[in-house]
Amino acid sequence: MSESKKTDDDRGVNRRKVLECMTWAGTGVLWTISGGVPRSLGIIDQALAAEPSKLTFLQISDSHVGFDKPANPNAIGTLQEAIGKIKSLPARPSFMIHTGDITHLSKPAEFDNADRAISEAGLDVHYVPGEHDLIDEEVKFYRERYGKNAKGSGWYSFDADGVHFIGLVNVMNLEAGKLGKLGEEQLKWLQDDVAGRTASTPVVVFAHIPLWTVYEQWGWGTDDGARAISLLKKFGSVTVLNGHIHQVMQKVEGNVAFHTALSTAFPQPAPGTAPSPGPLKVPDDKLRSLLGITDVNFVRGQQRLAIIDKPLQG
Amino acid sequence: MQSLRPERRSRPLGAVLLVAAFVAATLFLPGGARAEDAAVQIDDFAFSPPSLTVKAGTTVTWRNKDDIPHTVASSTRMFKSKALDTDDSYSFTFNEPGSYGYFCSLHPHMTGKIVVEPANHAAQ
Ligand SMILES: [Cu+2]
Repeated sequence: MSESKKTDDDRGVNRRKVLECMTWAGTGVLWTISGGVPRSLGIIDQALAAEPSKLTFLQISDSHVGFDKPANPNAIGTLQEAIGKIKSLPARPSFMIHTGDITHLSKPAEFDNADRAISEAGLDVHYVPGEHDLIDEEVKFYRERYGKNAKGSGWYSFDADGVHFIGLVNVMNLEAGKLGKLGEEQLKWLQDDVAGRTASTPVVVFAHIPLWTVYEQWGWGTDDGARAISLLKKFGSVTVLNGHIHQVMQKVEGNVAFHTALSTAFPQPAPGTAPSPGPLKVPDDKLRSLLGITDVNFVRGQQRLAIIDKPLQG
Repeated sequence: MQSLRPERRSRPLGAVLLVAAFVAATLFLPGGARAEDAAVQIDDFAFSPPSLTVKAGTTVTWRNKDDIPHTVASSTRMFKSKALDTDDSYSFTFNEPGSYGYFCSLHPHMTGKIVVEPANHAAQ
C-alpha cells in the first residue's frame, strides 16, 4: 500500500499530478476521494463511524461461478461468504453493482447459481458483463438476464441520490493484439448521456476491464478508455470502478479516481510478477484475505466517495 | 484396423486412445493424402509455438492447458472455436497455402500464426 503525498488542504490540489496507489488486499484501507485525490483516512471501522453517509453502495466483481480449479475449488462458496458479509454490514447499502465475470463459462447453471447466491443479499444489482459472461455460443444468456433494458451490447446509466451511474461494456468484439474496447457506438451514447448534466453531478463509471492501462502486456486496459474519460472531463468528481484483474489498484488523474476490486473467487498476480495473469494459488488459510467486496460511500454536498475494500477475512 | 477397435474400446480413455488414434491416422490414410497433424499448446496465456509452419492439408489442434478458458479465433473470421475450458481442444484443417493469423477473443493480446506451405513443397 502506498499513500498519497497530498497535504490536508484539499483546495491546493495540483490537478495534473498523477498519483498511483496500490492497496494490496487484506489491508482494509479506507480511501476518501476529495477534490479528486484520495487520502487514506485510516482503518475501516473508525472511518465508517466518523462519516455516516447518505448513499452507500457495494461493488462485487469476478465471482466466476463454475470455477473449480486449485486456486479456489469452491467459487460459489466464497461468493456466498461475500454475500454473507454484505448482509452483516451495519448500514444496509442502497444497491449493489457487479463488475462482471459473474460466471466462469457462461453456462445457464452458472448464471442460475450466481443469481441464487447474489439474490440472498436482498439488494438491487446493476450488472455489466465480463468476457466470461459472453462465451455461450449465441452470446445471449447475459443479455437475456441482465441486459434487457440496456443499450447496444449492454450499456446503460441511472441516477441514485444525485449521483449519475454509468455501466459500460468493454469486453465485446475484441480485436487481435488489442485491449478492451468500448467502440464508437458506445462512446457516442456516452457523450449524449452526459451532455445535459451539470458539472457538479458526481459520476460513477463502472465496467469490467480497467478503463486505464494497468498492464498492457497482460491486456489489462481499454484501448479507447481514455476517450471515455475525456468525455467526462467537465465533471468535478468521477469515480471509475472496474474488476477483471482480481486485485485492488488505484490511480488518480485530475478529478478522476480509478479503482479496481477484489474478486470473490480467486486472486491474480500483481502485474509482471508471474509468467501469466492466470489464477494465483495461495495457501488455503490466505485465500480469504485476497478475496472480498468493495464498499463505496457518498456524502452529499462533499463530492467525495469513500472506497473501502473489505476482504472476506481480514 | 478392425482388430484395433474392440481393443481400444476396452481400454481407459486418455493417452492410449490418443496413441491409437494417431497410429490409425498415420497408417490408414486414404492414399496418404493427409499431411501429418500438428499441435499448438495454450499455456500461460500464450499460444505455443506462436508461429507454426505446416503443409497444406494439415489439421492443427489447439489444446488449452490453462485454468482459464481461451478461444482460437481467426483474425479474418475464417475459423473460431468455442470457449475452450481446461484440457479442451479445437482442430482446424488448413488446405490452402497462406499465412493465418489468429487470437484469443477473450484475451486478444494472445496472438498466433499458422503458416501453410504447399503440400508438395520440398523444404521442411
Ligand atoms: Cu484467452
